[in-house]
Amino acid sequence: MADDLDLFNSGVLTGEREGAVLPDRTLWESKKGGVVLVECPQRIPCNPCHTSCPTGAIRPFADINDTPKVDHSLCTGCTLCVASCPGLACFVIDLTFSGDKALFKLPYEMLPLPEKGQKVWCLNRTGDCIAEGTVENVTQPKKDRTYVIHVSAPKEVVGEFRTIRAVK
Amino acid sequence: MKSLSTEILVIGGGAAGLSAAAEAAAAGAKVLVAESDLHLGGQLVKQTHKFFGSKDEYAGTRGFKIADILLSEIDSCKENVEIHTNTTITGFYPEDGIFTAMRGEEKFFHISAKKTIVATGAQERLIPFPNNDLPGVYGAGAVQTLMNVYGVVPGKRVLMVGAGNIGLIVSYQLMQAGVEVAAVVEAAPRVGGYWVHAAKIRRMGVPILLRHSIKKAVGDQVITGAYITALNDRFEPVGEESYMDCDVICIAVGLSPTTEILSQAGCGMMYVPQLCGLVARRDRTMRTSNPDFFTAGDASGIEEASAAMVEGRIAGLSAASSLGYPTEHGKLDEYWGRLQALRSGEAGARICQGLECVLVNRWEDVSNG
Repeated sequence: MADDLDLFNSGVLTGEREGAVLPDRTLWESKKGGVVLVECPQRIPCNPCHTSCPTGAIRPFADINDTPKVDHSLCTGCTLCVASCPGLACFVIDLTFSGDKALFKLPYEMLPLPEKGQKVWCLNRTGDCIAEGTVENVTQPKKDRTYVIHVSAPKEVVGEFRTIRAVK
Repeated sequence: MKSLSTEILVIGGGAAGLSAAAEAAAAGAKVLVAESDLHLGGQLVKQTHKFFGSKDEYAGTRGFKIADILLSEIDSCKENVEIHTNTTITGFYPEDGIFTAMRGEEKFFHISAKKTIVATGAQERLIPFPNNDLPGVYGAGAVQTLMNVYGVVPGKRVLMVGAGNIGLIVSYQLMQAGVEVAAVVEAAPRVGGYWVHAAKIRRMGVPILLRHSIKKAVGDQVITGAYITALNDRFEPVGEESYMDCDVICIAVGLSPTTEILSQAGCGMMYVPQLCGLVARRDRTMRTSNPDFFTAGDASGIEEASAAMVEGRIAGLSAASSLGYPTEHGKLDEYWGRLQALRSGEAGARICQGLECVLVNRWEDVSNG
């Protein structure tokens, strides 16, 4: 599909490409803390996701240009990779948050920093608003100003919701 | 006229030059670094994003922090390093082996050196379009300097021309500074920079228009808008032009190596499209056809800063070694291993093609001319 390819070539993950395929749902639903999705489909020389991973869930790279491979059974959703990835391509999603909502842990480097309890718009990969979410927590795992925003939002958007915009 | 002399002159105090100076000084050589800017660090000081690469190239660390790391490394062997900022090397006179240098705009002096490492970096390319001389048309480097060095935003709404890594990263940095990015136009059918950099700004709603370019800038005294156009497969404008409001047009269409000093030193040069311009032929030690001149970083071909730093290490090591300073056995191979790793991705394939044209095995085997 040409349109799909054009979208992909301009930086939007589409279709069944590497990174866009969601983890096994049964395993995912059993993981308190969530598991990481890595949207990194291009071979580039970069490996901080692996070197920052404390559990070995992001598998060792044979070649530094390899795209990341994740063993979701080992992932604890700790978000160290979310904060370490220079491409802001790691997203942790916890399906155990509540019956109808998931907890999204997303990288964020914009100002002003959202605050706990604040309502935010949930944006998809092309920046369209697809839902409303609530900021549950703001952390800074690496103390280097890449923040991780924890947002609760409807489970239906797990495959799409990738960043936030403040509700004005 | 005042005259300075040194064992190794490093021209350029950016990613490659600082790495070269640190490596050569650690080996024991006396090094003089000449930097035309007021501060050391080159492009690194403007880079607020985290770098790619491996731990050896400080992956995951923001660029300006990497400059600090290199400067503290140089500080640890400061008895061997003399730094001259605000100092431009204006020429090399091969007949008497003298560099002319200018500090500020009034102080002129000579420098002589046994070996020279040319780490002069690159210059931005610009593209012609009507009204591109109006205030509000910037190179991406200027936008980065304004924002990330001096804390000044260039405007309110930007049209970015070019979706290479620089265009994508500067778009992201503009948004971090609270500036709206109206769109990124890219003549090619895909982004030239890393896909993840494109994804970052796409998810914040910035359109990246592939097969598009700027047609003309609009404005009376300053930029108030721009016309953009779609391009066909032969990069010719097709269809109707569309208008976009903006007060800044930021040009990020690529870089060319800065190599005048190498040409003046008689180094064998070659035009290599994959390396983005005229570069010096070199061997594995980054030595040029003039045995006293070495090249590193963007001056030797446009590439990532991570590769520039490794090339700088190689040039520093080789220059010190050529002066008889003992260097650790196997280090050159280690650095080449790192370069090969950095170059084995998608972007690296092009670099490797270019290097095949300019890399010589042994200068002794190369016939003159």
